Amino acid sequence: MKNEEAPRPQPVTLSSDLLLRPFTWLLGLADYILLPLQKLIGPQRMAYFFVLPNLLIFGIFILLPMILNFYYGFTSGNSILLENRPFVGTTNLERLLTCADYLNPKTCSEDLFWRGAFNTATFVVGQVTAMILLSLVTALALNRPVVGRGFFRAMFFYPVLLSPVVVALIWKWILQYQYGLLNAILVAVGLQKIPFLLEAGWAQFWVIAISVWSQMGFFTLILLAGLQAIPKEMYEAASMDGANKWQSFRAVTFPLLMPTMTVVLVLALIRAVQVFDQVFVLTNGGPGTATLYIVQYIYRTGFEFRNYGMAAAASLVLAIVLLVLTVGQLVLSRRQEAA
Amino acid sequence: MKKIVFVIALTALALVALACAPAPTPAPTAAPPTAAPKPTEAPKPTAVPPTAAPKPTEAPKPTTAPAAAVELRMMWYNDGNEGEVMRALLDRFEKENPGIKVKIDTVAYKDLHNILQTQVEAGTAPDLARVTDVARFAGKYLDMRKYMTNPDSWAKDWAPQVLQSFRKGDDKTGLYGFPTQFTVTGPFVNRTLFAQAGIPVPSDTKKDVTWEEWVDAAKKVAAATKTPYAVAIDRTGHRFWGPSLSKCATYITPENTFKVDTPGFRDTANMIIGWHKDKITPLEVWAGGGGGYAAANEFFVNGQLVFYMSGSWQIGQFDKLIGKKFDWAAVPNPSGKCGSTGMPGGALLVTFASTKHPKEVTKLVEYLSSDAILEEFSAKTLFIPGKLTLAKKGIQYPSSNQPLNVFLAEIAKLMPEAYALQYHPLTFVLNTEIRDRLSQVIVGEITLDEAIQKIQTKMDEEVAKAKK
Repeated sequence: MKNEEAPRPQPVTLSSDLLLRPFTWLLGLADYILLPLQKLIGPQRMAYFFVLPNLLIFGIFILLPMILNFYYGFTSGNSILLENRPFVGTTNLERLLTCADYLNPKTCSEDLFWRGAFNTATFVVGQVTAMILLSLVTALALNRPVVGRGFFRAMFFYPVLLSPVVVALIWKWILQYQYGLLNAILVAVGLQKIPFLLEAGWAQFWVIAISVWSQMGFFTLILLAGLQAIPKEMYEAASMDGANKWQSFRAVTFPLLMPTMTVVLVLALIRAVQVFDQVFVLTNGGPGTATLYIVQYIYRTGFEFRNYGMAAAASLVLAIVLLVLTVGQLVLSRRQEAA
Repeated sequence: MKKIVFVIALTALALVALACAPAPTPAPTAAPPTAAPKPTEAPKPTAVPPTAAPKPTEAPKPTTAPAAAVELRMMWYNDGNEGEVMRALLDRFEKENPGIKVKIDTVAYKDLHNILQTQVEAGTAPDLARVTDVARFAGKYLDMRKYMTNPDSWAKDWAPQVLQSFRKGDDKTGLYGFPTQFTVTGPFVNRTLFAQAGIPVPSDTKKDVTWEEWVDAAKKVAAATKTPYAVAIDRTGHRFWGPSLSKCATYITPENTFKVDTPGFRDTANMIIGWHKDKITPLEVWAGGGGGYAAANEFFVNGQLVFYMSGSWQIGQFDKLIGKKFDWAAVPNPSGKCGSTGMPGGALLVTFASTKHPKEVTKLVEYLSSDAILEEFSAKTLFIPGKLTLAKKGIQYPSSNQPLNVFLAEIAKLMPEAYALQYHPLTFVLNTEIRDRLSQVIVGEITLDEAIQKIQTKMDEEVAKAKK
């Protein structure tokens, strides 16, 4: 009995030992700094010391720009320096939000802001719906014992690893009117070329499709984790009760996947509202303003037209929208936890 | 064990600190007080050949403290090879002026003005910069007049409108910089396609060719040679202005406000909209350009375009990319009811008032703007010089003499309205507004009336803002 309880020597490979050695040295070195510090300020306050670097980075690169942006939104002029920017109160916000008919961007003082807002709303509805449906279907398929499941999981996730700019450049090459791969194929089979990125409807479709293609893997992975967390016993119980596959999905999978779905929905919504880099490279907001989204409007207003005040005011409006979405996620999550 | 770790860590830290420390260089104070400032002591000793070393007799007197070399910073952007050409000229300047070094900070053109604005406002502007939006920094430039050898004579070498574009308010005499090159908008044609179609190039047989005649001829050529596109114009308000002024558009009123809605403006806008409806122009340029500048040069280079409205800055690129693949040429700007004009433009070398070395900056400007140096710069970069004496005298270019001479001739034809528009402080707003609103009309988002109304409103607001 005693022999059985004796700890067995753990086999340590040469490579892992070599890899760990520098870390051990570093940790040993850290002791010489941290132990005296801990004695000085006490163990309770050590947490602040560890958070400090990140807090500084957050403060300088996120919090401070946010405060500056807030102030910029209430100033005007072309100068960057705050001291040279006259305070104009809510003028920028008033101008942004003034419309004779809110359903017709042409009647708005800042018509491009409203075009951007409408385009973003269309994009969000289309992209998030398609993303969630396709991610769910893919996750359900990948959760089944299909042949090559690992390969398919990797394949669906692969586009997530690509930079949005790379994705946009690849698809731009595929969809170009003159020299695009897709149009070359259409011509080769005797069909007419299609202006995929030069006609409003097509451009909006492709912007959504490419966005879904590039991000779907991420959401599929989250949903897959959610699906795998559902206990198998629940399905067995449902099966014993005579439930068919659809009934199992409706009564077991869907309700138990709802918390994960909520996270996916809110994350997808926030990402969709922030859409910029991919579309900037793919269409630059065109044709006309068909794919001009709210973040690109802010970018153009600030950096092309140097209207920093208006750009900052539009950022504030966007921040409020994102805040509402985030609070919505928190409320939903807490309700689900409570239930 | 801990002690061993501690010793190893300390040794490693010491090694890292040694490795990261700057290489030991003799501090200026370490130099003997009698040492003359040899070129080898300059930051870039390899750039100066030994023969350039000042003779002992040229060195400062032993009683005088050796002056450290003044370093001037010049912000620069490149369209082609002008960075290399400028560097070679600066090396020569440094050789002739051992006390001055010039460092070039090259940035991408699209970021140039934003970077510069941040630096100017932060008080860390470079000593000189090559810009195109000269009005943006008016009031921040260095007036070189009091440092120049002969300012009045120097000023006479440049177009008064160009010199005025640097100035702010009532200033009529300040000398703040000069154009490194002058550009003129104008069209190019693919002569090979005309020859293949058996249609004469209209400007070969007639002095004044109208827009309608050019478009008609280009359409026939495109049809005969199965070329995808007959005509194209770059997506920018700047390119639109020349044709519209020829068609009698007037933008700036005597009260210094803007008037957009004129028959000339509508005529030109409808002409470009019509090209899209007739599908004789590439959709990618105006319809697909999104929110930025777009050029049709790729279509021309690839032989897919008969008539291309762009400008003299394309010559170097065409010379390199097209070469002898087909016969291309620049032709005079088409005529309208009010004449024929292109638009002036170009890059300008400006000096900033925040410089700590105004004398050296002025010396460099005088050097770079001298006839011999500017002539060499223009010839090697295939640029049209902005200096009147050189433009009049002409430049012997190593290649592309035909298009360059055509554009040189176009300078004399530029309308005063074209200069006024180009160098107006609100020109960049009108440029982008026309570009973006006209694109919206082309893709059917708004009507031409709505576009004109939007542009007019925007310009009225900008004028009101500028008056405050």
